[in-house]
Amino acid sequence: MAGFRIIVCLKQVPATQEVKIDPERGTLIREGIEVETNPFDLNALEEAVRIKERVGGEVIAVSMGPPQAESTLREALAIGADKAILLCDKALAGADTLATSYTLSCAIRKIGKFDLIFCGEKTTDGDTAQVGPELAENLGIPFVPYVRKVEEIGDGYLIVHREIEEGYQMVQVPIPCLLTVTKDINEPRLPSLKDKLRARKAEIKVWTANELSDVCEKNRFGLEGSPTRVIKVETPPEPSRGEILEGDPKELAKKVVEKLIELGLVR
Amino acid sequence: MVASIRVIKEKCTGCGACVGACPYACITLVEGKARIDKDCCQLCGVCISACNEGALELLEVSREIEDKSRYRGVMVVAEQRRGKIHRITYELLWIGRILADKLGEELSCVLIGKDVRGEAESLIRRGADKVLVYDDERLGTLREDPYADIIMDAVRAEMPSILLMGGTSFGRALAPVIAARLKTGLTADCTGLDIDEEGNLIQIRPAYGGNIMATIVCRERRPQMATVRYRVMKEAEEDPNRKGLVIERKIPANLRDRTRVLKEVVEEGQSIEDAEIIVAGGGGLRAPEDFKLLEELANLLGGTVAASRNVVDKGWMPKSRQVGLSGKTVRPKLYIACGISGSVQHLAGMKNSEVIVAINKDPSARIFDYARFGAVGDLYEIVPEMIRILEEIREEAQRGGH
Repeated sequence: MAGFRIIVCLKQVPATQEVKIDPERGTLIREGIEVETNPFDLNALEEAVRIKERVGGEVIAVSMGPPQAESTLREALAIGADKAILLCDKALAGADTLATSYTLSCAIRKIGKFDLIFCGEKTTDGDTAQVGPELAENLGIPFVPYVRKVEEIGDGYLIVHREIEEGYQMVQVPIPCLLTVTKDINEPRLPSLKDKLRARKAEIKVWTANELSDVCEKNRFGLEGSPTRVIKVETPPEPSRGEILEGDPKELAKKVVEKLIELGLVR
Repeated sequence: MVASIRVIKEKCTGCGACVGACPYACITLVEGKARIDKDCCQLCGVCISACNEGALELLEVSREIEDKSRYRGVMVVAEQRRGKIHRITYELLWIGRILADKLGEELSCVLIGKDVRGEAESLIRRGADKVLVYDDERLGTLREDPYADIIMDAVRAEMPSILLMGGTSFGRALAPVIAARLKTGLTADCTGLDIDEEGNLIQIRPAYGGNIMATIVCRERRPQMATVRYRVMKEAEEDPNRKGLVIERKIPANLRDRTRVLKEVVEEGQSIEDAEIIVAGGGGLRAPEDFKLLEELANLLGGTVAASRNVVDKGWMPKSRQVGLSGKTVRPKLYIACGISGSVQHLAGMKNSEVIVAINKDPSARIFDYARFGAVGDLYEIVPEMIRILEEIREEAQRGGH
């Protein structure tokens, strides 16, 4: 095998996993300006690097975002990506999943021939899980979502385990293809200090909307190319507190069971 | 010209609401006025919602508008597993019916599978005006490729203005394929849907880990597409007198079918999403084997066990049993939360349960805010005692029965 050219899509997201709401203003309280690489994308990158280590080839990390998303690409380079491309332009901002997947497809067309594309199953900010499948469709290639294991790398195909509600499917998919991966697929490695230093000096290509427009239509980028609009953002309403039982554990157990019987929940 | 968010200086009071609201930390106060770093701004619009002064506005570039009048009606895509209708279908029919009635238009339903023709009438009884049936040998196993081709065929035949699909793992992978082909907007995992004055679909969904609710519209493209979160909407009831049209559609020629399912492995029995009674454990549990205690209680009540992310991440329970935003949404008749504090993410997965009972040591735990009633105390003392009482009741019932 001559080796694979593998593309990994990564997104930098606000580290808002445990954000709190300002009760007076109803807005997000965030400490500092913390951003992180979408955790699912690190699983995608890890799997890509592992496949490269098995069959040879190269891993290209691609991210779309503001200039500070460069740090996500440096992280990818430290972990094992060979090249990194940042799609960065005011004209790309405000993109919904359709415009994002379109823009990524333009960048990948510009990169040229590839064998595999890895994406995280979803991001922790938008949580849509749409960009991967939309990207595959834009490129006209097959995809398998929710991949938790790459079972076999065959000649012109992969066999993977796809998570489904009640278990998993073993799926054969031809190459080139796109896979979105779950957190269960691997444990992403931590880059060594040496790798981090090397990545700090590595070149990151920056492509603007103009540079992508030789393969694509510019009016499908960014907010202009996004059919959806967020028109309102609010905090969910607080509920009214239910009855609180206190006292001796034995008493409490009795009361709880009695209430369940009253509600007809004990058969 | 590029879109941007503008600060209207005259209206800005420098209150800083937008500074705290910006998820990307692109806004600072400079000389008492908000300043947006244009290179940093992602145009997400959160700041516009946060501003009470109306001092922020989105400057857009104009663009072509599709002829919307060609599109009418609401279409929902039925889901089945091994020929049996999946419950999300009834939930889609319930919300689809409401939306269609508000618009005064038709509700159609696409039924795809192998040996599913017999189910079409039941979809009419649950609210569809029209069912498009695609029944074929090749459609037994769920695969995105052929299903997408078929839904495209149904969309071209009906030209719906709204297309709703299930927020199941299959629906959420399939819907983006259709949206990309139709070059239309798709909103993921909606928990609320409505129609605005202009007849547009209002789509409400949680974002940022359930901390905020976003309202999203797709004004200029048709169909307006959304996936609907499972176990959030009600199920449409059967009305034996409802009449409608069943259309058997020809399978499109040259179905795309690039992936091959070699085998399907079922890993466990009842999924928690279908359970009527759930006993769930969280960070208050001290060891993985302590789930046996919860299992015992669940068995006595005729239910099953589930877990919060905290314990699933520790590997104490499989991911398939995780309730919450990154796990499953459940809506059982009874949800007993044992040692679960009630993070926003967990609540998002269970707060629509009919009766929530909380057992927790910490009286300030957020879970109590959502509980019908709660017991403040040690689950290791309360749960065994509940088991003892329930066993006693069962024994008595058995004795009485003999």
